[in-house]
Amino acid sequence: MSVDTATVRRVARLARIKVTDDEAERMTNELNSILGFVEQLDEVDISGVEPMTSVVSVKMRRRQDVVTDGEDAEGVTANAPVSEDNFFLVPKVVE
Amino acid sequence: MTDLTSLTLAEARDALKAKSFTAVELTDAYLAAMEKARVLNAYVTETPDKARDMARASDARIAAGKAGALEGLPLGIKDLYATKGVHTQACSHILDGFEPTYESTVSANLWADGAVMLGKLNMDEFAMGSSNETSHYGSVVNPWRRNGSDVNLVPGGSSGGSAAAVAARLCLGATATDTGGSIRQPAAFTGTTGIKPTYGRCSRWGLVAFASSLDQAGPIARDVRDTAILLKSMASVDPKDTTSVDLPVPDYEAAIGKSVKGFKIGIPKEYRLDGMPAEIDALWQKGIDILREAGAEIVDISLPHTKYALPAYYIVAPAEASSNLARYDGVRYGLRVPGSDIIDMYENTRAAGFGAEVKRRILIGTYVLSAGYYDAYYLRAQKVRTLIKRDFETVYAAGVDAILTPATPSAAFGIGEKADADPVEMYLNDVFTVTVNMAGLPGLAVPAGLSAEGLPLGLQLIGRPFDEETLFTLGSTIEKAVGTFTPKQWW
Amino acid sequence: MNMAVRTPDPKKLIKGATGDWEIIIGLEVHAQVSSNAKLFSGASAVFGAEPNMHVSLVDAAMPGMLPVINEECVAQAIRTGLGLKAEINLYSVFDRKNYFYPDLPQGYQISQYKQPIVGEGKVLLDMPEGVVEIGIERLHLEQDAGKSIHDQHPTMSFVDLNRSGVALMEIVSKPDLRSSEEVKAYLAKLRTILRYLGTCDGNMEEGSMRADINVSVRKPGDPLGTRCEIKNVNSMRFAAQAVEFEARRQIGIIEDGGKIDQETRLYDPGKGETRSMRSKEEAHDYRYFPDPDLLPLELDPAWVEGLKANLPELPDEKKARFVADYGITPYDAMVLTLERASADYYELVAKKRDGKAVANFMINELFGRLNKDGKGIEASPVTPDQLGAIVDLIGDGTISGKIAKDLFEIVYTEGGDPKKLVEERGLKQVTDTGAIEKAVDEVIAANPDKAEQAKAKPTLSGWFVGQVMKATGGKANPQAVNDLVKAKLGIE
Repeated sequence: MSVDTATVRRVARLARIKVTDDEAERMTNELNSILGFVEQLDEVDISGVEPMTSVVSVKMRRRQDVVTDGEDAEGVTANAPVSEDNFFLVPKVVE
Repeated sequence: MTDLTSLTLAEARDALKAKSFTAVELTDAYLAAMEKARVLNAYVTETPDKARDMARASDARIAAGKAGALEGLPLGIKDLYATKGVHTQACSHILDGFEPTYESTVSANLWADGAVMLGKLNMDEFAMGSSNETSHYGSVVNPWRRNGSDVNLVPGGSSGGSAAAVAARLCLGATATDTGGSIRQPAAFTGTTGIKPTYGRCSRWGLVAFASSLDQAGPIARDVRDTAILLKSMASVDPKDTTSVDLPVPDYEAAIGKSVKGFKIGIPKEYRLDGMPAEIDALWQKGIDILREAGAEIVDISLPHTKYALPAYYIVAPAEASSNLARYDGVRYGLRVPGSDIIDMYENTRAAGFGAEVKRRILIGTYVLSAGYYDAYYLRAQKVRTLIKRDFETVYAAGVDAILTPATPSAAFGIGEKADADPVEMYLNDVFTVTVNMAGLPGLAVPAGLSAEGLPLGLQLIGRPFDEETLFTLGSTIEKAVGTFTPKQWW
Repeated sequence: MNMAVRTPDPKKLIKGATGDWEIIIGLEVHAQVSSNAKLFSGASAVFGAEPNMHVSLVDAAMPGMLPVINEECVAQAIRTGLGLKAEINLYSVFDRKNYFYPDLPQGYQISQYKQPIVGEGKVLLDMPEGVVEIGIERLHLEQDAGKSIHDQHPTMSFVDLNRSGVALMEIVSKPDLRSSEEVKAYLAKLRTILRYLGTCDGNMEEGSMRADINVSVRKPGDPLGTRCEIKNVNSMRFAAQAVEFEARRQIGIIEDGGKIDQETRLYDPGKGETRSMRSKEEAHDYRYFPDPDLLPLELDPAWVEGLKANLPELPDEKKARFVADYGITPYDAMVLTLERASADYYELVAKKRDGKAVANFMINELFGRLNKDGKGIEASPVTPDQLGAIVDLIGDGTISGKIAKDLFEIVYTEGGDPKKLVEERGLKQVTDTGAIEKAVDEVIAANPDKAEQAKAKPTLSGWFVGQVMKATGGKANPQAVNDLVKAKLGIE
């Protein structure tokens, strides 16, 4: 499979990364090179094989239902580029 | 007084215990060395005040007889580790100015044992790279140079800063991380020792995530013993990381120097690549000979799906990364580039904040997960991964204790040498290491000799899950035969 | 799918210009799990804190943070599944649903996509025409998002992550509903079940229960039409209104020769209409994949059995038992079991008493009075003991039904022991025939004309009974008064 520049633009949009025309062009080539490389996986017989879910076979541990965190709005917003009254501020979202 | 930075971590530990010098003196020696070595660009942030404060506290604990396992030993920390109140950016512009309010579990374990932080180490942006050329803070320079050359070489990546700092004696040891070879490849390129432990051995909590199912913390140090000492402190089960494993952490140092008699060592034929340099082949043979002479049994084995590990990796890792890196959106921390609306802000921020390699991987990952392609790419890659793991399980079930391979297909190359190359060519650096991540196994890189051009070359030992001890035993056997390697100081 | 399972009920069809239309409805209900902490973090899940106070580093998606699942949230999902008579999947998987939104800090929502924790189940609705079974397709656990506030600033939205990461159960029905009444009944029943189980408080105003409603229309017997999804409806009344509006809108379009666009719509309660969410113009591509930070969720069958063993009696079972044990009507039993607290109250009172009398008094007096005050049964000023005492006083003839109402009001507003109140305030029913006879004689003597008329028109005796009751302050035994009036007037 290979991608065209329009696909690269659509994917970049999905990933929320602005790309210039030159970048889209260059990335199309690079992506095609990588996709060409991974194409060899098509040779592998995967019939009846389960996909890997975890490399270590352990049971997932769980937490108890106890409040152990939070109550630090200032800490949470300390690194925010724009904040006010412990809210994060973003350009207005139109619903 | 001899140069304190020439001591290994074990030697410095014993000397501090014997009160031959103080932790502050040792720390000052390193801070001075760091200052002189800035041309190597190994550190992105030096924390001298913090280092001296920690060293003073260590001296007080030593005096009080309350020294921890790493008391007063100065270390460098890869920029991927969250360090409270200290620059933590995974060497990306997108985390501009980020100073976490928390400390990663692994670094916290080190501080709890008394270690001293010298600063944050350079790395490939978000650990994506094999040459440390993708860092927002510029390339790291390998302290090694080819015989008679003054061409700057890469230290490997992504833990290039860690490897270079250890090789150049800018710290006693360093934390690193390995997603596809990011500990072992730079260790091999710099004549240092590094271990990627079994997935789950160290907590990932507080490590900026690249590919969650592959990322694992580990140390890079000057020799096998130092590596073992550091891993003992770094490893732990962590209630905050449910993929960390609840198994006791053995005394890895005790595995050093044990006999390898009776160990069965597998030599996988699939690692003998077409066009592999003769000296890599020779190095491998040297390793085989050393272990055989030491009493190990050498057996030929087959890991038939080896060649598919790298292509499968370049689906799984970017897919996970594309999702893990979605949080860098200019809202809660790091860089924000304004835009006409929220989407524009996202797109501007992420366009300016991520470098070319990171963008490339995000796009690949986004593409392979997008509607209609999931089965063909991601699902297939995860099935191939099952087969890769099964290959290892089969040979281990047949009695193989560990596997010996070269660590890299070549020695270190020049900075910028592969700049115009196809991205896939750079990816091939990880061809020997990536299988280990795909199967979640432990892998140790140990230096085994120098190339004809005078550059270090390394071997890789792959172990059974959670059997890092065998790797330390085997690694120390090779090290005993070939010695350790130190670059000539030119900086 | 069981599209054709239900035979169209002519009474539920909507008349259009071109004939009758059937509405096909499926619901996705998001119910907030009752828990102390969030699904994957240790921050509080409680509603209504200062901005970003109930936020952990995990909820804010700080670099390097990892989710750790809250066991109680898992248990709550299982309890709910059991309450819905559903299959519990011992192996389920958490996936990431990827999209960018400011109140979604990770850039993905952790949800369950292909392998949910709960599979197929059912909910029974008590409809006037009988019991209707609605199939449950699945239930899965997922994270709630934060909240964006848009009216604080001319150009900025304010983001609060307090709800980010709170555990939700998404309960997906099969497209089995056929009318707005069923939608209301389904939501009410689901709410009852969740509240019985204690797995969700069902508080729709605070957003603990929200519904996405899929609506399509078709001519009976035709294949399914194109559906529209009405997002985030947070009241049963609005849900019913939205369905009514949406069905008629779709019928109008089709009958005018148009076609329905599959889209997401919002219900505007102010205007009583649904409108397209145009801002979501971009096609979604959520790129689901298993969350690599979380291992598959594997349940120990013994643990599930333990949860099952400790499940409370559910409304349907309780209702059936009330009918059997107390001899009350299915309707009364349904009303009494709507809330677990009322059912418990009822049983406290009805034990060793006439179940029918208790049911009548509770439904007519207690519920009516509580309703008037907007109070729940938990806040009832009248305790089961007090209510039981009142019912006893009626039963043994101490007070009349009418006085019982007054007594109830006194107990409700002032409190006190009903028995003592009857004594102190002289509310006792007069059964002394002498006293009653005297009163009857006086009324007849004062109204000779009417007495004469009554002989010809026996129904007038009721008027005399009323007068006597009035004269005795309602305390006279009505039956005794009736008998005496008739005897004195000479009506057979």
